[in-house]
Amino acid sequence: MAKMKALVCRECAKEYPTKAIHVCEMCFGPLEVKYNYEEIKKNISRKKIQDGPLSIWRYADLLPVEGPNFLGPHAGMTPLVRAKNLGAFLGLDELYIKNDTVNHPTLSFKDRVVAVAITRARELGFETIACASTGNLANSVAAHAAAAGMRAYVFIPGDLEAAKVLGNLIYKPNVVEVEGNYDDVNRLCSEIAGEYPWAFVNINVRPYYAEGSKTLAYETVEQLGWRTPDQVVIPMASGSLLTKIWKGLHEMKTLGLVDDVRTRINGAQAEGCSPISTAFKAGRDFFKPVKPKTIAKSLAIGNPADGYYALKATAESKGSMDMVTDEEVVEGIKLLAQTEGIFAETAGGVTIGVLQKLVKQGTIKKGDVTVAYITGNGLKTQEAVIDAVGRPHRIQPSLASFEKTFKMGKNGGGDA
Amino acid sequence: MASMKVHIRFPEDKIKEPVIYQIGHEFKVVTNVRRADVRETTGWMDVELTGESAEVERAVAALRKKGVIVDPIELDVVE
Repeated sequence: MAKMKALVCRECAKEYPTKAIHVCEMCFGPLEVKYNYEEIKKNISRKKIQDGPLSIWRYADLLPVEGPNFLGPHAGMTPLVRAKNLGAFLGLDELYIKNDTVNHPTLSFKDRVVAVAITRARELGFETIACASTGNLANSVAAHAAAAGMRAYVFIPGDLEAAKVLGNLIYKPNVVEVEGNYDDVNRLCSEIAGEYPWAFVNINVRPYYAEGSKTLAYETVEQLGWRTPDQVVIPMASGSLLTKIWKGLHEMKTLGLVDDVRTRINGAQAEGCSPISTAFKAGRDFFKPVKPKTIAKSLAIGNPADGYYALKATAESKGSMDMVTDEEVVEGIKLLAQTEGIFAETAGGVTIGVLQKLVKQGTIKKGDVTVAYITGNGLKTQEAVIDAVGRPHRIQPSLASFEKTFKMGKNGGGDA
Repeated sequence: MASMKVHIRFPEDKIKEPVIYQIGHEFKVVTNVRRADVRETTGWMDVELTGESAEVERAVAALRKKGVIVDPIELDVVE
């Protein structure tokens, strides 16, 4: 029996075949993959996983693909860094950074979800893959499509910065710059996805695509020595990543790979786009859409598709949510870089900023085993920190000038 | 015939207005509400609009003019 049972509506539980569909015809609720866990349990073990490839595909039994021809063969298995310096600074005994700044091939967690989406798209017979994106997703789709030899369309708003576009053009997808703003692109893509026989990764193959995020939970558990953390801090854009980490942790328990899930899920947003965190703090079970205004562009989703489900997962786990200002985002990026040598994009600054807040509030305690998810590389958003990192020390090309600038003592080691 | 699935949000001052009824009368479209949550200060509906393609487009434009917010059923897909 196949490991995928069906696509199931998250609202009314109506089931559908595992094709490229994403909305329930009955109630218009979103669909997600329903698995046959009894069947999976017969085939999976810690040893089988550990003997598998050093990528997300070691968890193929838990991903919505038939296999064995996996595209995006190197995504995942990024380092779980024991962050002793940052932990000491924050007052945490056991802090880890899940470092997706070095995910392959495009240095963000999107490589996980796109690897799953493109593999499933190929299995379903698609020859063209598409996405609507302002950054990381476009990079990942373009790179994966190039490697897979698939045609790609990447839709971007006309007012996007040039540097972001270049990162996509290098892979030679069809980059479609829409004369309009975010909302215009959003509307157009929703229509296009209904018109053409394409795999639109975050529209008609979204039920498969989103499942790729579960691998962050699996890897965390395995890298912690088959235990679940006490606390996790997760950046939220659509809210999908948070809900899938929660789902992944519970699947590990369902399959007997861990004894218990004792994890509190904490969501992080930037103040300039915090519909989910704001709803959580107000005690609401629904969010109010916002117009994003933040430097954390990769989290700037004002009307998040999984916002409701993120609120639900966080409440179930007895976790928390918070938000930080743009200044705190920059400070968070600097703090992570200067304590752990990890340069994160703005979403990472959001995560570290909120982690710091939750520790200060006493929500995360000293002895809690804590994992912070850093989802993208700082080289992608250098403009966010360019005015906050100082300038090089300019000297004359002479020893005297160097020593004067750095006030060198006998043993060296002076600072300017 | 075309069919469009949309998520409609009602600002607080529009909650009492029968905009779905109105566009059903003003345009040749069938409005079919599938899911909704309308409260005192906030409300949304997931609605299917069926009709000739251009007429559906005109109905959506009219909904926006009436002050409600019309989004794709998927909400934000630009990531």
